[in-house]
Amino acid sequence: MGMTMTQKILAAHAGLDKVEPGQLIMANVDLVLGNDITAPVAIREFKRMGARRVFDRKKVALVPDHFTPNKDIKSAEQCRVMREFARDMEIENYFEVGQMGIEHALIPEKGLVVPGDVVIGADSHTCTYGALGAFSTGVGSTDMAAAMATGQAWFKVPEAIKFVLKGRLNKWVSGKDVILHIIGMIGVDGALYQSMEFTGEGIAGLSMDDRFTIANMAIEAGAKNGIFEVDDETLEYVKQHSTREFKVYKADEDAEYSKVFEIDLSSVPLTVAFPHLPSNVNTFDQIGDIPIDQVVIGSCTNGRLSDLRIAAEVLKGHKVHPRVRTIVIPATQRIYLEAMREGLLEIFVEAGAVVSTPTCGPCLGGHMGILAKGERAVATTNRNFVGRMGHVESEVYLASPAVAAASAITGKISSPEEVLG
Amino acid sequence: MIKGKAIKYGNNVDTDVIIPARYLNTTDPKELAVHCMEDLDPGFRNKVQSGDIMVAGTNFGCGSSREHAPIAIKASGISCIIAETFARIFYRNAINIGLPILECPEAARDLRDGDQVAVDLTTGEITNLTTGKTYKAAPFPQFMQELIRAGGLVEYVKERMGAEG
Repeated sequence: MGMTMTQKILAAHAGLDKVEPGQLIMANVDLVLGNDITAPVAIREFKRMGARRVFDRKKVALVPDHFTPNKDIKSAEQCRVMREFARDMEIENYFEVGQMGIEHALIPEKGLVVPGDVVIGADSHTCTYGALGAFSTGVGSTDMAAAMATGQAWFKVPEAIKFVLKGRLNKWVSGKDVILHIIGMIGVDGALYQSMEFTGEGIAGLSMDDRFTIANMAIEAGAKNGIFEVDDETLEYVKQHSTREFKVYKADEDAEYSKVFEIDLSSVPLTVAFPHLPSNVNTFDQIGDIPIDQVVIGSCTNGRLSDLRIAAEVLKGHKVHPRVRTIVIPATQRIYLEAMREGLLEIFVEAGAVVSTPTCGPCLGGHMGILAKGERAVATTNRNFVGRMGHVESEVYLASPAVAAASAITGKISSPEEVLG
Repeated sequence: MIKGKAIKYGNNVDTDVIIPARYLNTTDPKELAVHCMEDLDPGFRNKVQSGDIMVAGTNFGCGSSREHAPIAIKASGISCIIAETFARIFYRNAINIGLPILECPEAARDLRDGDQVAVDLTTGEITNLTTGKTYKAAPFPQFMQELIRAGGLVEYVKERMGAEG
């Protein structure tokens, strides 16, 4: 029996010729990541382990992105813990406010992940880097601490579900719709403990940003990781962002999968996940008039340049509905700068939206757009759990940047066709 | 042997309701425990007693990787969680911090809120003292037993680093 992409990468990092699903292994990691919420716990545990130095100061990345710029005194203290640790340990990849971005947009942009890597991060959306053909997965703070000390992490080798993508997406349909569609199909635990491997000729028609969005939400199906087969588009991205050597892993012909799904991208509709699970998906033939109070366009799922371009294309020449607060958050400083140069930020401000510095803020109900009791938001973020963006009786509807921008204009959940025809 | 009353929840209990992000500006277990389960069950704090056993359906602990979630549950006095299935990051976090968890679909479905439950962690045997029915959870793989025996990942790494001198 052959191995999947994920199994091959894990075997190589554990110094083994072969691994099997269910096997417990100790693997070397190429990057360990933490943020201002998870790193302070990891730093405490790191010290409790008696560790004095990190295993490799180039292979640890610390990004203050969740409650930053510091939202309150306690958050400021958490950030200080992380900043001082980064200084003490001479961590090369610490990104201060002004340099930083939302970690999962920033790390690939900085070229810190290449195909074939094993990456762990104390953040569940670390699975984003699977878009680059790397194995990357979210862990907790104690795992992060152990990996910072030893350069290793323990893994149970996962089985995999294969998604064979065919065809091309229709106008306005994006990677976000694809992943919401898949989660709707398999459920929030449909890939529990497993890899989601994306392959097929349809991949070629997906931009890197679409792939980051799809891999990012693999965790929302319970997956350990999501991973894309490497193609020319991936190689071009890597060439532009990194000078590191890398190895491309392909699944064996006889690799075994627990399930195989064929997905015709041309049949994926615009998809919106209703409260309170990402699997609670609806399409526009089912959606009636649902008035909204807020729109958030950003996050590690959809705050990249192509997301902002699509939102701007919809918003250009329009005004946001007077009852809707519209918050646009470029995911990194570089995306912010490019969006400014392209005139996108001007389109947003002219339309009556606010543009924020990079932050995870509203996505997790931290700051910069918290919902009051009974309020409803359309967000390009990744979770719509109870109380996720604020009050326990508020609601989050997950959608693509195109749908979010259209909804901002009409004041109700709307497709871009409604606005632009 | 652990003994306590069952506090039961449903499927897909996510880490946002276990400990909402608005309280993540601290890492103090006691402070986190004050807000544990607040958005799902505001009465949890008053009814939980030291030793109680949390029982849940499928995909318990899904969502965010925040270790604050198992930390808050542990600091609330919960001695063990029995669920049909756990989300994988929560699963490893619980093991890593030494919070016992058992996957046992039959027990998780049968146990009722308020039942008195006994759990033998070494054998995986779960007894509903209220009804007398017993269940058997799948044993942990050997590596995880070592982690649990060591007292969690911190102690395990400490031992290994010590051994390597």
